Amino acid sequence: MMSFDLDFERPLADLDKRIQALQRKGAKLKGDDRVRLNEYQQELNTRLREIYGKLTPWQCVQVARHPRRPYTSDYIELMCADFFELRGDRRYGDDRAILGGLASLDGQTVMILGNQKGRDTKERMECNFGMSHPEGYRKALRLFGHAERFHLPVVTLVDIPGASPGLEDEQRGIAQAIAENLMVMSALRTPIITVVIGEGGSGGALGISVADRILMLEHSIYTVASPEAAAAIMWRDSAHAPDAAEAMKITAKELKHLGLIEDIIPEPPGGAHQNKAEAAAAVKSVILEHLAELRGLSTEDLLERRYRRYRAIGLNAINGSAIEAMR
Amino acid sequence: MSDDGKQDATSVGFNGAQPGAAMRLLPDNLAVKCPKCRELLLGKDWERNLKVCPRCGHHAQLTADERIKLLADEDTFTELAGALTSNDPLKFVTQSQTYRAKLDGLVESTHLNEAVKVGTALLDGLPLVLVIMDFRFLGGSMGAVVGEKITHAMEIATQRHIPLLISTASGGARMQEGVIALMQMAKTSAALARMAEAGVPYLVLLTDPTTGGVTASFAMLGDVTIAEPGALVAFTGPRVIEQSMHVKLPKDVGYAEFLLAHGMIDGIVHRRALKATFARLLHFYAAADAAVQ
Repeated sequence: MMSFDLDFERPLADLDKRIQALQRKGAKLKGDDRVRLNEYQQELNTRLREIYGKLTPWQCVQVARHPRRPYTSDYIELMCADFFELRGDRRYGDDRAILGGLASLDGQTVMILGNQKGRDTKERMECNFGMSHPEGYRKALRLFGHAERFHLPVVTLVDIPGASPGLEDEQRGIAQAIAENLMVMSALRTPIITVVIGEGGSGGALGISVADRILMLEHSIYTVASPEAAAAIMWRDSAHAPDAAEAMKITAKELKHLGLIEDIIPEPPGGAHQNKAEAAAAVKSVILEHLAELRGLSTEDLLERRYRRYRAIGLNAINGSAIEAMR
Repeated sequence: MSDDGKQDATSVGFNGAQPGAAMRLLPDNLAVKCPKCRELLLGKDWERNLKVCPRCGHHAQLTADERIKLLADEDTFTELAGALTSNDPLKFVTQSQTYRAKLDGLVESTHLNEAVKVGTALLDGLPLVLVIMDFRFLGGSMGAVVGEKITHAMEIATQRHIPLLISTASGGARMQEGVIALMQMAKTSAALARMAEAGVPYLVLLTDPTTGGVTASFAMLGDVTIAEPGALVAFTGPRVIEQSMHVKLPKDVGYAEFLLAHGMIDGIVHRRALKATFARLLHFYAAADAAVQ
């Protein structure tokens, strides 16, 4: 069943309330009411598609952060016939904000890992609200090495507000942990596919998303800095977060237009949280498509293409004649 | 993440050619104040002491040209890709200013095209590729141009098999260029992976301040990593940690001495000894190379 609780979903919530009131009458529903129920349901569908067809960047942020949005654990459960969790970084601890392990995806063994926010208060605390510590990146690094050794493709699912900004993170080298992952992933001798399922928050997201293909769910975001932080610095007021969200170009559509991602995965009407199974089925089929293409490449070809993918980013953001002069 | 950065950041030239407003008390830099302890100093003593306060030891920020003068043998620096400029890919605007206007203003005031200078040079007679960041240009932030110039420098070092030395000073990825800027972290790290594979030595000098996405990419990937005394080097700076986690931190958190204590860097070296330190390192690798050939 659908439910609507974001501010811009107010018209939908109102319609939904009226529909539910009529539906409660059950068998006692008279002819007129039955017609009205039908009309309301049609209107709800139309308005839902209308609103979700043109979300503003800030509305997208709200959907991407929706508390009922499917998380990595949901996708793993819904997409993989079997999953064996691999835990710990073998150096310090086991970060619950990154969940990963061996998985069976359509009969293929893959290494799947992603950010985990936690659903209830207790889980959220355990997962540090999805903000990874250095040991999370180092666990991921261990899993990347494992994948390379056994020729397993890597699938990463991104949903992180940002890397953990605490004292212990600095003490244990969060910057070094992220940096090492960037370097290792860029040259990992196996295919890597990243799907941004919710929030792609800055360096914290990048630390598990250097990939051959970057795919984004329709209403997910990927950003250099959280809109609140960017607004606090550049607008001198975090209340300008909606302006920052717009200016930084953080939506799947804008990033595809900029050539920074390969594909957009459509979400069920009203967002992935309204139908997790449908969302997971869509993610799975797009992953399998890209995986089949990548498996067709030799390792050398794969690595050269990955290097070129990143090497080219930003070239069209540079004064053209100067670039020509340099070559 | 970054913006203009510290208000008290100095930008006086080594020879007084580019006086910084915050510090100039009298015409022609006759006297300056240490930006940290506020000690009143004679301008010529300040320059002679390489902008290190003789009283408190504070290492003030240097411009790219000053840093090149400090590290490279005289007149050996040849700049590469110096003309590259940003074309403002997102047409970024805040309520008060366009990114375009900000860039134009900085080119005018700093006489730099961007926040990094890269080139080839000699250090104690040995060839190297130099990458020098300049914090005055939008807080040394990394956008497409900075990422491209650094990647270009890494590729030159890899092709010619000569060591690379990066002097960092940056608030991180440049917000005005969005995810394009963020991806420069991956781009530079990918170039470093190839450089490492080719066995090209990579030396990092961390200077005040280096934070955010630059710390979380090439700044923390050096074969040898040296910091200047008192340099702030962090992913999340101590002020932001205090605000977001509602804690009061010990004074040293995020500074060079803290990084050394936690095993993140190889040493802290006074500005006066930097060139000799890097010369020693380069001679180790040169001798090792000669032994293999």
